[in-house]
Amino acid sequence: MSWSPSEPMVSIKDVHKSFGDLKVLNGVSLDVMKGDVICIIGPSGSGKSTLIRCVNALNDIQQGSILVEGQEVNDLHLNKLELRKKVGMVFQQYNLFPHKTALQNVMMAPVRVLKHDKVEAEATARALLKKVRLEGKEAAFPGELSGGQQQRVAIARSLAMQPDVMLFDEVTAALDPETVGEVLQTIKDLAEDGMTCILVTHEMGFAREIADHVYFTDRGVIVEHGPPETFFKDAKDPRTREFLSQIL
Amino acid sequence: MTYKTDLPVMLPVTPREAEPFLRLSLWHAIPIAAVCIVGPSLAFAADGIAILSPLAVLANWAPLLLKGFVFNLVISISAMGLGTAAGAMLGLGQISPNRAMRGSSWFVTQFFRNAPWLVLLFFAMFLLPFEISILGLKIPFPDWFKAILGLSLPVMANVSEIVRGAVNSLPSGQWEAAESLAYTRRQTLWLIILPQCVKRMLPPWMNLYAILTMATVLASIVGVSEVMTLTGRALSAEGGRPELLAPFYGFVLLLFFAYCYPIARFTVRLEKKFSVIT
Ligand SMILES: Nc1ncnc2c1ncn2[C@@H]1O[C@H](COP(=O)(O)OP(=O)(O)O)[C@@H](O)[C@H]1O
Ligand SMILES: [Mg+2]
Repeated sequence: MSWSPSEPMVSIKDVHKSFGDLKVLNGVSLDVMKGDVICIIGPSGSGKSTLIRCVNALNDIQQGSILVEGQEVNDLHLNKLELRKKVGMVFQQYNLFPHKTALQNVMMAPVRVLKHDKVEAEATARALLKKVRLEGKEAAFPGELSGGQQQRVAIARSLAMQPDVMLFDEVTAALDPETVGEVLQTIKDLAEDGMTCILVTHEMGFAREIADHVYFTDRGVIVEHGPPETFFKDAKDPRTREFLSQIL
Repeated sequence: MTYKTDLPVMLPVTPREAEPFLRLSLWHAIPIAAVCIVGPSLAFAADGIAILSPLAVLANWAPLLLKGFVFNLVISISAMGLGTAAGAMLGLGQISPNRAMRGSSWFVTQFFRNAPWLVLLFFAMFLLPFEISILGLKIPFPDWFKAILGLSLPVMANVSEIVRGAVNSLPSGQWEAAESLAYTRRQTLWLIILPQCVKRMLPPWMNLYAILTMATVLASIVGVSEVMTLTGRALSAEGGRPELLAPFYGFVLLLFFAYCYPIARFTVRLEKKFSVIT
């Protein structure tokens, strides 16, 4: 397993996935280079979540290949824990641990999983909370924070594991409109720092601004993709056009 | 259009709020029990015969009955402790990723949950030896100890279900978040899932304890000297006077009520509190 940064950090090739009889992914391929930000858009139920959940092996696939830094994910002997240390994930519903404070949420995995020193982990966690603009909220429990604040804690929690790539699954979809901006800003900061990001999103303006490449999925296939300038201006496929006209 | 009438059937019907047939509360229980205990003495005093009144007889026996009741509590606490420890393991077995483990834990749980407590008690009584010898050392198995084991079996099964239910009631997002942060399954369970379950498990667990406490009188049927057995003995020592039955058993009822009712109240309080928070 020798991976060099000139190769794709995440390489998805002809991935098929079904839940029972339901075919959800029908041969999806895409590459993500180090430092790239890609956005996946598409109608609800088209398999976007399933696709990115396959990248950190939350879902397994039946056919095809997913390489993360050269490591094959579609492998019975895969060390899932090692893979997940490299791949961070943020969910639509935040999924913070409600019985832990914001600070504990962020520092727990580094201490328990990576066996980092507690004092150092706490310092790192405080710095991360500051970075996502939540200084002063360290002792707050998730239930005491707004949706936007919780989502930023979730981002900090993921970053604390020092991942090489981050997956975002519609992370602003459950938020009140007034807190969407602060979360998008946090992701933008991250992207500017050079973090490799795979985003599923319905925020077209944001995708246009931040993405290096946009993918449109429908019924388990990638219908069309391209750099945001051309993708949003002159989409070729009628399905893409219809979707964009409904959303924009 | 209205017209005057005296006939009630002609009057417009105003639906009344349905009232419970009898509104009993804690405060009714005390006078009821008091009537049971004191009533016969009053009737007796009116006769004016020179033997002890039922209340005086009860007063003589009360210390012994109290001791018996304490024994019931010892049985209930021990059975609860044992049953909880075994049930927690069985419950974890029910959510194990290992299929065989899950299946067998499920079976054991269902088996003991759907068995009459008294039958389990009889099994424990008559299947366990009265002593076991380990390396020539004879350890006696007294009846009360067998009763504890017998009662801990249904407790175990119910605790197992409480654990499984609490774990399954957490949103799957908690597992997924932990997985994506590279926690092992064991870490996820102990650091993230179970700590959140404690709150959810406490009210049903306390309910179970109150039920168990009331069920400890079953041990009298298999001859353990708990409060019911002692009451029966006291009554026959007094020559089986029928006017003693109500005060004596009323006293036993009052003891259980005084112990179990606060537990039930507290459980309701916890349930309310937790349902607001979570
Ligand atoms: N765990 C699952 N079991 C069965 N079906 C699932 C599961 N997860 C997703 N699906 C189905 O797969 C399809 C794609 O879902 P998803 O990937 O969540 O779509 P999207 O994120 O694009 O809205 C949907 O029809 C959904 O019902
Ligand atoms: Mg989705």
